[in-house]
Amino acid sequence: MATIWVFAECEADGKVASSALENLAKARELGDAEAVVLGPGASQAATTLGEHGAKKVYLSDDSVFTDFVAQPAAYALWKLAEQHQPDMIVFGMDYDSRDIAARVAASNNSTVMGNATDILGPDKAQTQIFGGTKIVDVALSGPNPKIVITRPKSFDPSAVGGTAETEQVSVEIPDNEKKAKRVERHEEEAAGVKLEDASVVISGGRGLLEPGNFDLLEKISKTIPNSAVGATRAVVDAGWVPYAMQVGQTGKTVKPDVYIAAGISGASQHQVGMKESKRIIAINKDPEAPIFQISDLGIVGDTMKVLPALIEELQKRKGG
Amino acid sequence: MNIVVTVKQIPDPNVDPQLDGDRLKREGVAGVLDPGDEFGVEAGLQLAQAHGGEVTVVSMGPPSAMEAVRKALSMGAAKGVLVSDEGLAGADALTTAKVLAEAIRKSGFDLVISGVESTDGYTGVVPQMIAALLDVPMATFAKTLEVKDGTVHINRQTEKGYDVVECPLPAVVTVTAGVNEPRYPSFKGIVEAKKKPVEQWSIGDLGVNLEGPASQSVDGVNDAPQRGAGEVVEDEGTGAQKIADFLTQAKVI
Repeated sequence: MATIWVFAECEADGKVASSALENLAKARELGDAEAVVLGPGASQAATTLGEHGAKKVYLSDDSVFTDFVAQPAAYALWKLAEQHQPDMIVFGMDYDSRDIAARVAASNNSTVMGNATDILGPDKAQTQIFGGTKIVDVALSGPNPKIVITRPKSFDPSAVGGTAETEQVSVEIPDNEKKAKRVERHEEEAAGVKLEDASVVISGGRGLLEPGNFDLLEKISKTIPNSAVGATRAVVDAGWVPYAMQVGQTGKTVKPDVYIAAGISGASQHQVGMKESKRIIAINKDPEAPIFQISDLGIVGDTMKVLPALIEELQKRKGG
Repeated sequence: MNIVVTVKQIPDPNVDPQLDGDRLKREGVAGVLDPGDEFGVEAGLQLAQAHGGEVTVVSMGPPSAMEAVRKALSMGAAKGVLVSDEGLAGADALTTAKVLAEAIRKSGFDLVISGVESTDGYTGVVPQMIAALLDVPMATFAKTLEVKDGTVHINRQTEKGYDVVECPLPAVVTVTAGVNEPRYPSFKGIVEAKKKPVEQWSIGDLGVNLEGPASQSVDGVNDAPQRGAGEVVEDEGTGAQKIADFLTQAKVI
């Protein structure tokens, strides 16, 4: 039976990254699921990882893994993999995970499959291309472990109520791997509902014409419970709104009950991050916009007229 | 300071991509310098201007990728390296990293700058692999980039905001879109780029060892289940009502 490792990021309070819980749900289908979690909070995280099906958790609470970016974790993981010979290590697309996955692969001469949307076996994974219109099965060969990086929300996490056996990681980290030092942390996420967790996401693109018009989306969000505001890469790159709001290939992946795309044409890069939404509403002045091909309700019209009318309508219904 | 910037030629992202068998169709599609790499070139040029030194662009690709190298040269890079070899068609990320790392080592470097990921493949692991193969540290996902006293200082993008990360040279840095405003090549720059030196190397010239079976192969390509288009209506003043009705039906308001 294949042994599948899931690399889990965690916070200092032991909260496990959602990507790790998603990947564990898949890993336990494929074989013996085990997890590796490194840095402060790891011991507490092991409990959650066990509940989500990890039979064994390799852990260390050593702050070397967070004081220095990626390299100590990559080194320890590589050494652990040499010792225990897992068939595959699965990573989320989180920033540290991507760095760690790449370095482990290079050290171990393993191939890396990025952007995986499904894993079919210990040497086969699936990805989607062209904005998710084509599914590609990819066979992975070469030395174990195979390295796979999955797209967010590819699998549904679920607790199965187990307890993991734990093993302390005691790999000595050479000084050469302790060079990229994390000296400060800054959080700039907006308060309120997180984009990835919202039941309704209202996103804006170039069709909003200017940054100030994102206020309209905020006003709509205020009338809809558990909603959050997102944006396209174009307006994030233009500096209208922070990167934390970006939905798409290089931003967040969301799967809300309803996704409202306002003034968004629907480039494939954007679709990758939202097309799995349960329902999609699009507002755009161009009837040929690709977004209409995937929307359940499409309004062809002036976004800047529809949005104020929508605010009024929602406020009226909320009041009444 | 010797600054190496990795660049890639990609099919024009404004053209709908097509498959040619199992691979991305490149024939008949105009190639452009990956827009993500322009941020890397710009970052390199700014550092070279501030600290002295020059920018070398290194690329792997078919001979036609020379156009992308020339574009970077026209922005102001001093010289280029293009590794072209038929044996590299369909190379995976690790093979690409091995080739680029060897070309960078041969060119000499204090700092390597790359985009975060290519705009056609999006794997986003090649720069970190290059760092590992060169056995140097890396500072990735930079939203800002400065070099002071032989140390790289970046604001590194995170899920929650950003971290300040410091890393001694030599190092590999990846820069995000938005780290700077890439310059347009001037007319003078375009003319001069044609005369700037570009080395063309094969796998043999590099002497890189690509032995080892690590690879990926396409096992099948299928259409994803189509998401059918629903109702599309012209807004005649009732669009907002229709949306509100839809939200009510979906039980989210």
